[in-house]
Parts: sequence; structure tokens; C-alpha cells
Amino acid sequence: MQKVHVKININEKPYEAEIEPRLLLVHFIRDIAGLTGTHIGCDTTNCGACTVILNGKAVKSCTMFAVQANGKDVITIEGLAKDGKLHPIQEGFWVKHGLQCGYCTPGMIMAAYQLLKKNPNPSEEEIRIGISGNLCRCTGYQNIVEAIKYASEKMKGEI
Amino acid sequence: MTIMYPASFEYFSPLNMDEVLELLSKYYKDGAKILAGGQSLIIAMKLRIISPKYVIDINNIPSLSFINESDGYLKIGALTRYVDLEDSDLIKTKYPLLYEAVKNIADPIVRNWGTIGGNICYNFPGNNLPAVMLAYNARFIVRNLSGSRTISAKDFFLGPLQTSLKEDEILTEIQIPIPQPKNSGYFIKLAKRTGDFAIVSTAVNLSLNYDGTVKEAGIAIGGATNNPVKIVKAEEALVGSKINDELIREVGKIVSDVIEPVEEPFGPPVDYKKAMAGVLTIRAIKQSLKNIIG
Ligand SMILES: Cc1cc2nc3c(=O)[nH]c(=O)nc-3n(C[C@H](O)[C@H](O)[C@H](O)COP(=O)(O)OP(=O)(O)OC[C@H]3O[C@@H](n4cnc5c(N)ncnc54)[C@H](O)[C@@H]3O)c2cc1C
Ligand code: FES
Ligand code: FES
Repeated sequence: MQKVHVKININEKPYEAEIEPRLLLVHFIRDIAGLTGTHIGCDTTNCGACTVILNGKAVKSCTMFAVQANGKDVITIEGLAKDGKLHPIQEGFWVKHGLQCGYCTPGMIMAAYQLLKKNPNPSEEEIRIGISGNLCRCTGYQNIVEAIKYASEKMKGEI
Repeated sequence: MTIMYPASFEYFSPLNMDEVLELLSKYYKDGAKILAGGQSLIIAMKLRIISPKYVIDINNIPSLSFINESDGYLKIGALTRYVDLEDSDLIKTKYPLLYEAVKNIADPIVRNWGTIGGNICYNFPGNNLPAVMLAYNARFIVRNLSGSRTISAKDFFLGPLQTSLKEDEILTEIQIPIPQPKNSGYFIKLAKRTGDFAIVSTAVNLSLNYDGTVKEAGIAIGGATNNPVKIVKAEEALVGSKINDELIREVGKIVSDVIEPVEEPFGPPVDYKKAMAGVLTIRAIKQSLKNIIG
């Protein structure tokens, strides 16, 4: 069986392993790097719970092989808070009650992270389109939208 | 929870086209698969619908990703991702049919990785781009170790998940004729929810003469049938005529009559899909005209 040596930088820390090419990126993140903030929901690329940022672009990490991320930079939910201080998006989800069970939350936050990087000032419609690849079975989305709006204002220094 | 790993395979990530062609010619008989955006292939592998023994990842070949106009064609590299088409001013302003179709594929995260070539080569009945390529009269450049050939869109799509691409060939480039003046197009998709595959989709591309008569018309329907269909009868009804509401209604009726949707166990009724194919076409023609005339 083919094994490949990969080194993936996750949240600015290198993780190396000998893996089979069929190992999915989400399993590398959870099982090898031990970063279990990234969730697995549907496994069919529909729910977005596994969303992470790979070299600046959001990806559903259940739909990429870990070997494809070799030598690249990944950001997961664990990489957002700095020096014990929540990222404005995390803060937004807390302040605006953007979650209930929390299962979708890490993926939702990473999708919002990509959205705000591309468009720092999204309209409500743009927010809804931005998270259309992420399913939440609890909230009805309203407070998630509010949370992302909060984060966009906070990041522009308006709060 | 079941964890779905694909079956084992041998992985290659070639750095240039020569290597890709070598690998394809060496392994195609043993079921080698090209991996582009993976937004269909990896899912199919996880579900074990297919289990290729060899996977040739083309993501490290930047020469397969480009958008430019030359020699009368818009040329797009097969590995060009949806997001790059969506963000391109050229596509947005000059190719509204392609722009609308791409913007309505899946969700932004899938659009970060999915590629135009993967969409066309997979030819999944619910995919947006096969019908678009028919409406544009696009053509495709494909290569194998012994050379390259050009296939017109109308000869390319053979059936569900089937194309005329041979197993040792790779699609490298999509070519769409540069629109003449007074041209526009539109894409409309009926789906259960945002980002879902099409129940029915319609792709319309129109060019007018200066006297207002139709110079060229491309009309194709996706989703409803097993394979996208170019509705030649509807195109012929338009060409040479001056467009008015009555003619547009007639064209809608032709589309509904011609299309033969497949019966799906839990899907909408065939009659509904027939009717909607006509309705969406009427709307898309009207929107195309509005874009041209303003
Ligand atoms: C949640 C979700 C929703 C979706 N919704 C839509 C939708 O609304 N509309 C839509 O159109 N699509 C939709 N898709 C499908 C998506 O567009 C896929 O990305 C696309 O079908 C395949 O493109 P890819 O680049 O990901 O190709 P891959 O998955 O990598 O490959 C698909 C197939 O094409 C072959 N292939 C790829 N590139 C080449 C090439 N250059 N030459 C030869 N063969 C090649 C591969 O070997 C494979 O068999 C959706 C996907 C998901 C996950
Ligand atoms: S687990 Fe990856 S999209 Fe659902
Ligand atoms: S908070 Fe429970 S799924 Fe979103």
C-alpha cells in the first residue's frame, strides 16, 4: 500500500505523518493533529461542518485528500483566537447567540471568516449566500446572520 | 457515525502536462481517474460508487488554469475554478450566460474548488454547465499522448456521466465563440433550494441583427433529462424572425413539446418538468433581450 510523507501547517504549526493517499484532510486534522474543533456532519459535502481554510480559501475538508494539502497552510477554528482573546467572529456568535447545539458552529465560523476576508462589508443577502454551504439544524440562521453582521462591524472598528 | 474512507489507490501529482499524459496512457486500462476539484469525484469515491486504482491529481498544473480571448474564442483552461470565473469582469460583462450558470452552482465553498472542466467531463444530469456549452456552441480541446483533437459540445455529451472523451484523454481547454455585437444570454435553474442540483435548467444565448431580427440562437435544457438537450427546433423558430411575445411563447411551447424528462421515483412529475422547461426558456429569452436592448 502506498504511503506518502506529508507535512501540513495547521494554525502555523507543522504536523508531519506517513499517510495513505485516501486519508481525507478532515481525518488528518482530527485524528493526526488532534484538533477536534473541525466537525464531520454529512460526509457528502453538503453540511459544511468540516470547513477549514486552505491557503486562504475555504474548503470542505471531508472533500479533499490530506496529501493534497501537503506543504500548505490550514487554518481551523482552533487557530482563530489569539492570546486567549476570541476572534471577532467567535465573539459575534457568543454575543448574538449564533448557536444552540454548536455542531455546525466551527464550520459556520470558518465560512464567515472567508466571506469577511473577501467582502468586509456584506449585506444580509450576501451573508446568507456566503453561508449557503453550511447547514444548521438548530438556529433558523437568523442569529448566525446577526453574529456575522456584528463581526463585520467589529472588524471595521465600529463596535 | 460511519467514517467513509475511499478504497485505497495510488496517488500521483504530476507537475506538467507531459507527465499527466504519460500517466494516463500507462494506467488508463486499469481505471486511472483525473482528480480536478474533487467536488464530485471524491464524494463518489467515499460512497464507493467508484474506486479507481490510480488517481492523477492535476491541481499542480497551473498552465491548465486561464481565461483569455484570442482567435475569435473565449478560451478557458479546464482547471479554471468556478470562483475565478465568477470573479472575472470579462465573464461577468461579456458572457452573462456563463456567469449566471457558474454563480448558481452549489455554494461558495464548493465553487472555490470545483472546476469548469470537471463539471463538463462529469456530465452529471443536474450539472449546470453542459447545457450552457450546448447553447454557446462551444468546443473542447482534448489531448492524449499521441496528440490533440477538438470536439464540439453537441458531440461531447453522450448520456448520464458519459462523454465522448476517451479514457486516456484529458480535457485541456474550453472554447466559446466570442459574442458578436447585440448578443446576450441567460441561465435559469429550478432547484429545491439554493445550491442544489437542477430539476430543470435552461440556457439561452441570443444574437440580434441591427434590424432587430434574430441572427443566432442557442437554446439548451439541462437537468430534466439524462443528458442535456439542444433544442434545435426552438433555435430554428427564432433565427431570422423579429421577436415578439407571441413568438417567445411559441418557442416555449416547442421546448415543452420536445423535451422528454425522465421519471424519478421521488421527483416532480414529468409533466411539470416539461412545462417548466418551457416557462424557464421564455423567461431566459426575455431576460436576454432585455440585456441586449436595455
Ligand atoms: C453540495 C454540492 C452541490 C453541487 N451543486 C451543483 C450544481 O448546482 N450545479 C452543478 O453544475 N454542479 C454542482 N455540483 C457539482 C460540482 O460542480 C462539481 O465540482 C463538478 O461536477 C465536478 O467538478 P470538479 O472540478 O470538482 O471535478 P472532479 O470531481 O475532480 O472530477 C469529476 C469527474 O471529471 C473528471 N475530470 C475532471 N477534470 C477533467 C479533465 N480536465 N479532463 C478529463 N476528465 C476530467 C474526473 O476524472 C471525474 O470523473 C455540486 C457539488 C456539491 C458537492
Ligand atoms: S462533513 Fe464535510 S461537508 Fe458535511
Ligand atoms: S447550532 Fe446546532 S446545528 Fe447549528
